[in-house]
Amino acid sequence: MTLSTRDLSIGYRRRGGSDIVLAGALNLRLRLGELVGLLGPNGIGKSTLLRNLGGMQKPLAGQVLLGQRDVARLKPQERARRLSMVSTNAPRPRLMSAYALVALGRHPHTDWLGRLTAEDHAIIAWALGAVKGAELAQQPVAELSDGQRQKLMIARALAQQSDIMLLDEPTAFLDLPRRIETMALLKRLARTTGLAILASTHDLDLALRNCDRLWLMNRAGIKAGAPEDLALDGSLGDTFRAEGIRFDQRRGSFTLDQAAGAGVYVAGDGEPAIWLRRALTRTGYALDDQPGDIELSHQQNGRGSIWQLRVNDRTSQHPTIEAALNELERNTK
Amino acid sequence: MSQLAGKPTAAKAAELSRERLIGREFSGAKPYLLLPLLALLGLLLLLSLALGSASIPLEQIVAVLLGGQADHQSWTNIVLKFRLPKTATATLAGMALGVSGLLMQTYFRNPLAEPFVLGVSSGASLGVALVVLSAGAVGGALLAGLGLAGDLLLTVAAGVGAALSMTLVLLVAARVRSSVTLLVLGLMFGYLVGALVSLLLYFALPERIQAYINWTFGSFSGVTAAQLPILALFALSGLLLSAALVKPLNALLLGEDYARSLGIQLRWTRFAIILATALLVSPVTAFCGPIAFLGIAAPHLSRGLLGTSDHRLLLPGACLTGACVALFAALIAELPGNNLVLPLNVVTALLGAPVVMLVVLRHARGLA
Repeated sequence: MTLSTRDLSIGYRRRGGSDIVLAGALNLRLRLGELVGLLGPNGIGKSTLLRNLGGMQKPLAGQVLLGQRDVARLKPQERARRLSMVSTNAPRPRLMSAYALVALGRHPHTDWLGRLTAEDHAIIAWALGAVKGAELAQQPVAELSDGQRQKLMIARALAQQSDIMLLDEPTAFLDLPRRIETMALLKRLARTTGLAILASTHDLDLALRNCDRLWLMNRAGIKAGAPEDLALDGSLGDTFRAEGIRFDQRRGSFTLDQAAGAGVYVAGDGEPAIWLRRALTRTGYALDDQPGDIELSHQQNGRGSIWQLRVNDRTSQHPTIEAALNELERNTK
Repeated sequence: MSQLAGKPTAAKAAELSRERLIGREFSGAKPYLLLPLLALLGLLLLLSLALGSASIPLEQIVAVLLGGQADHQSWTNIVLKFRLPKTATATLAGMALGVSGLLMQTYFRNPLAEPFVLGVSSGASLGVALVVLSAGAVGGALLAGLGLAGDLLLTVAAGVGAALSMTLVLLVAARVRSSVTLLVLGLMFGYLVGALVSLLLYFALPERIQAYINWTFGSFSGVTAAQLPILALFALSGLLLSAALVKPLNALLLGEDYARSLGIQLRWTRFAIILATALLVSPVTAFCGPIAFLGIAAPHLSRGLLGTSDHRLLLPGACLTGACVALFAALIAELPGNNLVLPLNVVTALLGAPVVMLVVLRHARGLA
C-alpha cells in the first residue's frame, strides 16, 4: 500500500475570493520501507501538504491515493488503519500512563468500548519496545520529558499498524541529542517494519544523514531524490537560498550566508585544524587554500597546546583559540 | 533487532501476551474503586429517604417502599409524594450534571468547563425571566397564587429556554469547527442573555422578582411524581448516548487532530457530545433550576478518586459522584431536626467551590 498523489494542488480556499495555492500539479510517491524527509523554508506549505496527504484537509484539486483509493473518500477508521500521524506537539494528558497513551493507537482496530485483546496488548508492548520505551510503560505521561512523550506518540502511531506514517516536524521542540535519536529511530523503523515514513523537519543536517530520500519543497514545487543527488545538482542550495543560508557543497552542510572577512590559512588536517577552521568560519573569516598574509596554526610544546597566529611577519602565541581569535580581530580591524 | 523484526503475528502476539504482558497495562485504572462509590450512593439514597423534617421510623419507610402502608397515612404520603420524588430527582440530576460536566471538560480540554458553558442555564433563565415579566405586565393574575400552576409555568418556560439555546448551539456547532470558538461563543451568548434577563428584571415588579430568585436558588423538591418520568427519560437517554461516546472521548484527550487521525469522526462526535449535554442538562435546569458547581466538581472528584483519565471508568465515576454530591447537598439543605431549608445552590457552592479551588491549586503545581 503506497501513498501517491495525482496532480495534487494544495492550499487554502478563501471565502468569495481566489484560492491561495501553495503548490500545484504534485505527482509524488511514498514507497514502503523508506524514510523521506520533507524539507523547505518556513511557510512554504509543508504542514499543509502533510494534512492533505493524511486526509485531514481537502485538496484544492487532484487526489491523494492510498493504494488505488482516494484518501478523502476513505472512512476515518479505515484511513486510520493505513495511515498514522504525529505532530510537533506531544500532548500532555493528565492521569494517563504511557501504556494507556500507546494503547490509544489501537483505536481503529478495537470495538466501540476500545477494549484490548491479547493481540492488542502484544502490539502495544511491541510498539513500546520498538521506540525503546518499554521502561516508561507505567509512568504518567504528564511527568515525562518532551522527548519521551514524542517517542510515545511515535509508539502510538506504530500501534496503529499503519503502512504510512506522516510526521510534522516531530523534532522541533527537542534538544539536539533527542533529535538525533528520533531521526535514527525513524530510519530504523522504516528499515525494520517496512513502514513508509514521511517527516517534515528543519534539521537539514540530520535529514541529509538519515533520510533515504528528500522531498525539497520550494516555490517551484517539490523535487524528490536521494540527498546526495539533490546536493550535487544544486537543488538543496536553491531551495534555501532565500533563507539567507548557504549550502556548502564540499562540507555537505549549511552555513549562515554572511559576508566573509579577511582570508586566513590553516595548515594541516588534524582535529585542532578542523576546530580552528570551524572557529574562523563561525566568526566570519574566509578560509584560504594557500598560505597568505594571515596564518593560524596549532603547535605542541612541553606544557600542551599553543595556538600560533602570524599576521604578515609578526607572530604571536596564545594558550586558547579564543585568545588567538581576539588577537586576530585586533590585527585585522 | 529481534524485537523489531516486523509486526507480530496474531499467534505470536497471543503467546507473547500470555507470557509476560498481561498485567503490563497500567492505565492507573482501578475499576474496583467504583464499589465504595456505589455503596456510598446506596447509603445516601437511604438517608435521603429516611431523613426529613418529619421523623418516620426506618421500618415504616421500608414498608412503604415495598408497596405497603405506614401506620399513619401522612407518613405514606410523605415518603411517596415528597421524599421518593425528591431522592430520585436529586439522583438523576446529580448523574446528569456530573456526566455533562465531564463531557464538556473533555471536549473543551478545559478543567474548568461545566455543563452551563454552552449557555443552557442562560437560555432557561431567560425563559423564566420572560414569564416573570409577562406576569407582571398582564397583571398579577397569572402568578398571583404562585401555586402549582405558577411553578409548572416556570418549569415549562425554563425548559423551552434551555431547549432553544441548546438548539442554537447545535446549529452553530455544525458551522464552527474550532472548539475554542464554540466556547467563546457560548460564553458570549451567556453574557448577552444575562443582560437581557437583567433588563427584564429591571422592569419587573419587585414581588415578581422573588419568583425568579427562588428559581435561581435551585431545588430538587419541585418535581412531582407525575413529572419524574419526563426527567428520567431525558436523563437516561443522555446517559446512554454519553456511554456510547467513551471511545471518542478517550481519543479527544490527545486533542481534536489526534482524535481524527485515530479514526474518530469528529463532526459526528461533536454533535453527539453537545446533544448528550442538551439531553442531560436542559430538563434538569428546567425542573431544578441552575444548579451550580455540581457539574464542575463531580468530574474532578471522579478523576481524583479513580486516578485515571479513561472515560470507561470516569463516566460511571462522574455519574456516581454527581449523584452522591447531589443527595448530600440536598440532605444538608434540609437538615433534619429543624424547619430551615437552605437554598440548594448555597449548599452546592459551599461544597463545590473548595473542591474546584483544590483542583486549581493542584493543577498549578502540575500534580492534577
